[in-house]
Amino acid sequence: MLKRRLNDFRWGVLPVPGRLMAVIFFVFLFVFPLISDARYPLLIVTLACIYAIFAVSWDLLSGYTGQVNFGHALFFGVGAYGSALLYKYLGLPPWATIPLGALIAALAGVVTCLPALRLRGPYLSLLTLAFPLLLSQVARAFPEVTGGYIGIRGLPALAASPIGRYYVCLIVMIVSVLIMWKLTDAGSKNVRTGLIFHAIREDEITARATGINTIRYKILAFAIGGFFGGIAGGLFGHLLRTVGLGVFAISLSFQAIIWVVFGGIVSIYGPVIGVFVLYPLVELMQGTAIGEYRNLIMAVIVILILCFMPEGIAVRIRDKIERQCPRCKLSNAAWRRECRACSASLRHVADG
Amino acid sequence: MIVPIIIRTLTLGGVYALLASGMSLIFGVAHIVNLAHTAFFMVGAYGMWFLMRQQGWGPIESILVTVVGVTLLGLLVYRVFLNRVRQHPQAILLITIAFALVFQELLVLAFGSHFRTAPALIQGSRLILGVRVTNQDLLALGVVAVVMIVMWLVLKKTKLGIAIRATANDAEIANLMGISVPRTLLITMGIGTALAGVAAVLMAPLWVFYPYIWMSPLTMILAIVVLGGLGSIKGSVIGAFIIALVETLVVFLLPQHGYMTTAFALLAMIIVLSVRPGGLFGTIFEEERL
Repeated sequence: MLKRRLNDFRWGVLPVPGRLMAVIFFVFLFVFPLISDARYPLLIVTLACIYAIFAVSWDLLSGYTGQVNFGHALFFGVGAYGSALLYKYLGLPPWATIPLGALIAALAGVVTCLPALRLRGPYLSLLTLAFPLLLSQVARAFPEVTGGYIGIRGLPALAASPIGRYYVCLIVMIVSVLIMWKLTDAGSKNVRTGLIFHAIREDEITARATGINTIRYKILAFAIGGFFGGIAGGLFGHLLRTVGLGVFAISLSFQAIIWVVFGGIVSIYGPVIGVFVLYPLVELMQGTAIGEYRNLIMAVIVILILCFMPEGIAVRIRDKIERQCPRCKLSNAAWRRECRACSASLRHVADG
Repeated sequence: MIVPIIIRTLTLGGVYALLASGMSLIFGVAHIVNLAHTAFFMVGAYGMWFLMRQQGWGPIESILVTVVGVTLLGLLVYRVFLNRVRQHPQAILLITIAFALVFQELLVLAFGSHFRTAPALIQGSRLILGVRVTNQDLLALGVVAVVMIVMWLVLKKTKLGIAIRATANDAEIANLMGISVPRTLLITMGIGTALAGVAAVLMAPLWVFYPYIWMSPLTMILAIVVLGGLGSIKGSVIGAFIIALVETLVVFLLPQHGYMTTAFALLAMIIVLSVRPGGLFGTIFEEERL
């Protein structure tokens, strides 16, 4: 068993630079507290883990299925408020409130997609933009329940120490991203959702004509996106131990889109890299002389990336360092002359 | 009670109509949902404030410089950035919101996030049916009416208007008929941002401006444009008055919940969209329907 895993690593991971970098990246995340256990950097990386779940869930819903959601903060907010209210009224511990809050967020996803199912393109995006605004004003209108403008305070912490909290978020992040990656894997033999999501984005009418119940799969995509968005929201609430109206902010919805577009849309790994590069970078800028320009810099980065590198930075780099064998479709390092499995010549394979 | 509601609906609806029809025109012809539209409006208002308060210019030259400046800014953004990604609607949405953020941050850096108001173009106020209305409000309403009529005449009667409508209808065929589509799109973008500039000139003395002001009218304008049907100018004018009425009713009937105006406007939009997925006057082409 162990030998097989080692063989997998030796022949499946080491020769492909992208996979090797992913492994190094996760090993780095696991040993990060050894490198620096100061409170602030640890909090930044913990938040980055939470935002990574959030960004990937947006990518699953909007990138893969093409249902571009401009109000993804709705799920984050419902997850956060859901788990906070479950604690407030039922006194449940975090390990119960976060999944239950996420289920409520998934339900919110199903409810919002019912009017959204009839709409397409910009109409859908603008409608979804409305929901978090609507809910934040409703939350503000019932201060006895939601705490109004101040929000709900004094939630139980995820774990006793900052390092414990970090590992909880990291492991939840890895598990969630793995699940979403499997769900969207178009080449999978066991799970059909990945292929169907792609089909819905590329051509919904053809997908329907092929006998796929696209409505059901769109609802499913909203539910899955809502569930993981809700997990991120619940973790966020319990990490900061307070939930306020900020979880519904438009800026949060757009932040998710910015991270995904920066890293690479429709790729799952792109959003993770986008979050782990951009978020700490922006936080680092906060204390320095260029701190007051950080929103400006972010906006300019988005404009430049959209105009000149629309596939995203992570996807661009991966295309540069990996090349697919034309015969057996295995990924190879770009500097190899022959495929590592079938020794077909790679010299004439075009970039990307 | 009824008269102040009507008057406020008319003045508010006039501005919304001006902003929404510009946005709707740009969408109808170029298929660009310009989320930076109210940011252009905000830049224009800051221009009026800067020229009149800081530089001490007279109203006429301030108005000219502001409207022309906003229009040129819109043309520049369109030509250099939007034109590139015109085929990808999602990229357009993102890039325009990024531009709104750029304008916001530049204004914060240049003038700080204080509240600003430009001096009134005409002073005084008068009583209408027992309600006091400032002359600036009446001026705004009159200018809005004139601008809307001029725009309608331009679109209906002139050669340019026919070219714009042809491009909106089918860009490919318009191209084959000898209409320069890129130029028509550029001109349309210019007209749209010029309308935002005019709205800014009229509203700069009436509203209090700060660098984040673009967000709340943006949601209102979006509700209006979507409710009226993206691309339909008639729809957005009617939608503007509907949303203005909803907003005024909320303010007058539920004064303690004044912050709920957006929620009710969006609710109106969601109701209309659930009944008519293309808005009141929007068209959904048969092949796109599922």
